[in-house]
Amino acid sequence: MSADAHTPLLKVDNLESFYGPIMAIRGVSLEVHQGQIVTVLGANGAGKTTLLKTISGVMDPEKGTVALKGDEIQGSAPDAIVRKGVVQVPEGREIFPILSVEDNLKMGAFTRSDRAEIAADMQLVYEYFPILKERRTQEAGTLSGGQQQMLAIGRGLMAKPNIMLLDEPSLGLSPLLVKEIFTIIRRLNEEQNVTMMLVEQNAKVALDVAHYGYVMELGRIVMGGEAEKLQKSKDIQEFYLGAQQDSQRGQRRWKQRKTWR
Amino acid sequence: MDIVQLIVSGLANGCVYGLIALGFVLIYKATEAVNFAQGDFMMLGAFITLGFTNADHMDLPFWLSVTMAIAIMGVLGYLLDFLVLRRMFGQSQVAVVILTIALGFVIRFIAGAIWGHEPQSLESPISGIELRFGGIVLGMDEVWIIIITLVLTGLLYLFFARAKLGIAMQASSQNQLAAYYMGIPVKRIHSMIWALSGIVATIAGILFASKGSIDPSAGLLGIKAFAAAVIGGFGSLPGALLGGLIVGLVEPFAARYMPAGYSQIFPYLILIVMLVVRPHGILSQIQTKKV
Repeated sequence: MSADAHTPLLKVDNLESFYGPIMAIRGVSLEVHQGQIVTVLGANGAGKTTLLKTISGVMDPEKGTVALKGDEIQGSAPDAIVRKGVVQVPEGREIFPILSVEDNLKMGAFTRSDRAEIAADMQLVYEYFPILKERRTQEAGTLSGGQQQMLAIGRGLMAKPNIMLLDEPSLGLSPLLVKEIFTIIRRLNEEQNVTMMLVEQNAKVALDVAHYGYVMELGRIVMGGEAEKLQKSKDIQEFYLGAQQDSQRGQRRWKQRKTWR
Repeated sequence: MDIVQLIVSGLANGCVYGLIALGFVLIYKATEAVNFAQGDFMMLGAFITLGFTNADHMDLPFWLSVTMAIAIMGVLGYLLDFLVLRRMFGQSQVAVVILTIALGFVIRFIAGAIWGHEPQSLESPISGIELRFGGIVLGMDEVWIIIITLVLTGLLYLFFARAKLGIAMQASSQNQLAAYYMGIPVKRIHSMIWALSGIVATIAGILFASKGSIDPSAGLLGIKAFAAAVIGGFGSLPGALLGGLIVGLVEPFAARYMPAGYSQIFPYLILIVMLVVRPHGILSQIQTKKV
């Protein structure tokens, strides 16, 4: 954990976003500190992706603030926010299918103009994802799902972000690939000191790599704490890690209540 | 001998169709809108050049006029997107189609009001000279049209393959959302694409007007170019050129060997056959997303 724990790298305060009349996130507040991996867990429709989109400027919030190192950035254009060092690795890869792998990575560095450093960062990405180097001239659409996810993460790194917003990197990948991707995520955090906000449904892998975690339900943060604490929490085990508790009658109660309801 | 001449003049026509088709495809790929005023852009670009350089208008030097026309049409394309089409964002495709058709009419009448409705030809250094090789007579204009189109295509290819801005244009047409996530200013890129297609249309117009005469209704050529773009595979830049060349080549041969009046049908006949046999066109880029 970082030393300057008092000024968070990213601070989201009371954020509200709408899809037309539907309120998708209802007053979310959270903090991410330099060097941390912070995970946001939640089921489908909890508002996790909306939260990331609102932070990265693809959606504008109705209320609330997003502060990066103390500067408010909510409502700015997405390219301005990328320039400030917040980059989102979107859900479901979203690579550029007909561009080569290398051109995809170059587009990650679109907002930068320091040629030498961009080249160095590309080598770094190739070090972490050797398969991308092997396939660098291939069209990205011809890569497998796992390789596309690697490319999406690599492309995000090319922006040299202060904070990387990862939206469900485990989506649609085999358990083995999920393990591989998360190993690399942890290495990037430890070796390159990349701060990350990780949105996941796969609570087990997410809590394994994260330092801190939040649980989101129906657009609200309902729980937050150190990752180890969350892992031990009964509610998390029951609802996100799939542990089964025996009730007094020796059967699983089908209508278990969550403590936050 | 005949055949060589037919091929050359077909190719020259085809190059003009191909360049207009290129404008269609550029805008369609980037913004998913079809600009039915593309043919009128071509006409307007030609008339602006003609207005600057012809002796009975402003009588400016040819290359200066070309440069100014290209600049004006680039700015016009940019502003059109910036001021009008950006406001249509999120509206249905039909609205955009109708808007561009209406725009075509407006351009046609403005051009008529300024330069008159009579056919005029551009006084360009490449028009009216004949080249003789043995028994073959080729128009200098036709040869130049082919050369200029080749050079322009090469430049565009290099721009899209190598330049950061060109790759970003491709990227934002392939996956707009991801382009936003990467910090590519997608809206500005759209305006730049409109500028680029205005420039390409102007070059097509200058070539077309050097080859013969042009009048404000020449923009209807855009329909033929649209057919060419569909034949080549709407959404593929090389396809647009190929489609243009096919339409251009078929025309003189049909005119030569078919009864009079039937030759005009051929481009559309090819279009219909193509839509039945290979609806995505010859060089289509169809991508399915992996999940």
